[in-house]
Amino acid sequence: MRRAIWSFFLCLGLTGAGVAAETPSLVAIRDARIVTVSGATIEKGTVVIADGLIREIGESVAPPAGAWIIEGAGLTVYPGLIDGFSAWAQPAPPAAGPTPGGRGGGGAGAGGAPSGPPPQRSWGPEDRPGTTSWVKAADQVDPNDRRLEAARSAGFTTAVTFPAGSLVSGHGAVVNLAGATAGEMVVHPSAGLRLELNARGVSGFPNSLMGVIAYFRQLWLDAGHYRQVKEMYEKNPAGLARPAYDRALEGVLEATRVVLPAGSRVELERMANLASELKMPAILRGGHEAYRAADLLKSAGVSVVLNVKWPTKPRDLDPQVEESFRTLELRDKAPTSPIALAAAGVPFAFTSEGLDTPREMLTAVKKSIDRGLSREAAIRALTLDAARIYGVDGRLGSIEAGKIANLVVVKGDLFDSLGRIQMIFIDGKKFEPAPEAAPVRRGEETR
Amino acid sequence: MRMKTGVILLCGAVALLAQQPRQTLGQALGKKQPILIQNATIHTVAKGTFVGSLSIVDGKIAEVGEKVLAPAGAKIINGSGKHVIPGMIDCHTHIAVDAINEGSVSVSSMTGVGDVVNAEQKSIYYALAGGVTTANVLHGSANSIGGLNVVLKMRWGKDATGLVMAEAPPGIKFALGENPKRQGMAQQGSNAVRRYPGTRMGVEDVIRQAFVDARAYRQQWKSYEERKARGENVLPPRRDLKLEPLVEVLEGKRLVHAHSYRADEILMLIRLAEEFGFRIATLQHVLEGYKVAKEIAAHGAGASTFSDWWSYKMEAYDAIPYNAAVLHEKGVLVSINSDDASGAEIMRRMNTEAAKAVKYGGVSDNDALAMVTLNPAKQLGIDKYVGSIEAGKHADLVIYDRDPLSIYSRVEKVFIDGEEYFDRESDATGRSRFEAEKKGLLEKEKIDEKQRAPARRPS
Repeated sequence: MRRAIWSFFLCLGLTGAGVAAETPSLVAIRDARIVTVSGATIEKGTVVIADGLIREIGESVAPPAGAWIIEGAGLTVYPGLIDGFSAWAQPAPPAAGPTPGGRGGGGAGAGGAPSGPPPQRSWGPEDRPGTTSWVKAADQVDPNDRRLEAARSAGFTTAVTFPAGSLVSGHGAVVNLAGATAGEMVVHPSAGLRLELNARGVSGFPNSLMGVIAYFRQLWLDAGHYRQVKEMYEKNPAGLARPAYDRALEGVLEATRVVLPAGSRVELERMANLASELKMPAILRGGHEAYRAADLLKSAGVSVVLNVKWPTKPRDLDPQVEESFRTLELRDKAPTSPIALAAAGVPFAFTSEGLDTPREMLTAVKKSIDRGLSREAAIRALTLDAARIYGVDGRLGSIEAGKIANLVVVKGDLFDSLGRIQMIFIDGKKFEPAPEAAPVRRGEETR
Repeated sequence: MRMKTGVILLCGAVALLAQQPRQTLGQALGKKQPILIQNATIHTVAKGTFVGSLSIVDGKIAEVGEKVLAPAGAKIINGSGKHVIPGMIDCHTHIAVDAINEGSVSVSSMTGVGDVVNAEQKSIYYALAGGVTTANVLHGSANSIGGLNVVLKMRWGKDATGLVMAEAPPGIKFALGENPKRQGMAQQGSNAVRRYPGTRMGVEDVIRQAFVDARAYRQQWKSYEERKARGENVLPPRRDLKLEPLVEVLEGKRLVHAHSYRADEILMLIRLAEEFGFRIATLQHVLEGYKVAKEIAAHGAGASTFSDWWSYKMEAYDAIPYNAAVLHEKGVLVSINSDDASGAEIMRRMNTEAAKAVKYGGVSDNDALAMVTLNPAKQLGIDKYVGSIEAGKHADLVIYDRDPLSIYSRVEKVFIDGEEYFDRESDATGRSRFEAEKKGLLEKEKIDEKQRAPARRPS
């Protein structure tokens, strides 16, 4: 279904542009409004890009000789947008097979063609159920992913992209959304280890939420033990049994942070507690109820990647059905979550997860702005704070000399001029947005 | 129908009250205002029943007696005509958690319901409104050895961490009979593998093997520590979260709460426990306990049973409503529990569950009340803190409008740690405020919808 929508877009888009003509290595955008994010906004200034990096920026910077000049009058330059949790550039997850022994007694997934042999039944944490901690998003980047152009056209230059998987899915990577090779696209290969609470595809242990949490606890203990015995063995192997190599534990030990799903206040507290128990810096993703959990998140010292697929009233709701207070409140207040987080000083970014098209991101964030989120906080969350959360703010996220030349150039203001993105720079290479596809109505793509 | 409306209204009030916790000046300053409850019939449970007063200072009961001086600045509550009892304690529940069973394995002691506490589950408020202040939340009975428990106070409005009764010693769930063996008979799902055990003797075997493993595990660590102390180059063993709780059981540091029905399997577990040198803290359900009351008393296990609920499966056919009374008479420490999950239906009226022990078997009023207060406190190892109205204990109290063993009695106020967590009047007035707020949200949404109407339909 989603695939179908994408291809529809692409058919319309490909003829236009997106394919970058060879950009000169020296570019200057002059007389533009520059939202640096890291410092004050420059009302009229110049950005100089050289060899894929920002070389210079300022009010009185003169374009160097030989530079390709872009007249920026009427344009605003922002750092390229960063998707804080994404699947872009990653292969599609395998079709979910039946999950025997799973929640609700397996449900014996009727349709779904079984792919490969049925999973081995897991009898405990030792069987490392649903664990592929050795998988790295950076190793499976697909430069030809058709979603990349749509993402770029919506102003995204970078995504923190994660492999699909079960309980311990694998390591995310910070990737730029264009590049001739996969290797060129990777900005940082180790963004964080993705954990999930739904034991998708796992047969046997664990089949409950508490089993999953217990599994993570034992896994981290095992990893600590593994490191300890390995170090002892390296130091003095004489007379010691050789510790068995364990790629699952190697993967856990490589993690610098964990990325956990949590939407409601209850889940946010639970996952913050889990992360602190595992002694891991944590990013909680989801956070629709963060509007009532900001203080809790602040004191837990975690970051949040907010899902902007704000809850909406279900279509064709039976008028007899009385929705609960919490449901109504959530629908009203979810878009105020970034406001609460900003006020409490909790670092946050946004994720495109669940959106039909990347363009919806700005519309969704605009909703929060309309409720009182400052434009500064909004653009920060889309750029520098996203970079900071993943530890790459030294190279990405703001318009500063020396940083990667990822920029988005907009006519007017980013949040007022949806669809008026003029050009995008990724590693100094210029891209033009694909012309906006005609609105696709639900169902149309099936004709 | 009427009842249903009531429930819906209560739900509403619950949401509102959680949102706006009332705060007095004292609370804002971090100090709780002292309270004096005057001239009420006080059921201390431990030291008789009399008309008198009690004072609460810093969340604890400061003084109880026929004449009590009001602490400085105390809020006075007129208790004349009212009855005060200790907050009730439910020794077997499955409320306030987002998972109950990890049914995939026969020994799931690596899991714990404490990891999945849902502090916003309304059952907490229902239980509170029924006068329950403390609940033992147990793992389900799908496993011979189940997961770890958590003891919660019904501090509605607090986060998961804030509900946990930190003073309570840790415990673990065991289960005998049909539930754990049923898991071994058949499993749904296309490629599910049958799980051992499938018989009662298999259940015994699983428990015995688990303790044999736990002993070996303990020995492994012991010899590691010894060799390390001798300065040998020795690798540490791996910590095993499945066996560690069982080592704690062997060392008397963790309470065993064993789900059981039939007399033969009750005796089996007592023998097994004695073989390994630990005492079962409570036999749960224990519907045939009356047949082996002397043996249970001799072992020293507590019994936590239902008042009058049976015949819902084969092993529950031989039950009698006199079970609690018979066990009590034979010297067993008896409590009555609800086994409630998310609805908390029985927890709303644990007082009348206790009253049934008076009807069936002629237990004295005080002893019956003890079955839902002091006795479960003892069974959970928290009687130093809660379970009776005595100076120094937590001020967990329930004020009834009449004798709590009457079916006409109603809870008026509930205190936990000296804080008022439930008040019938505020609940009632809260409902209209809540309704107004909800209406506001609905109207706001309607206006928003209208405003958005001319815009492009979302695609």
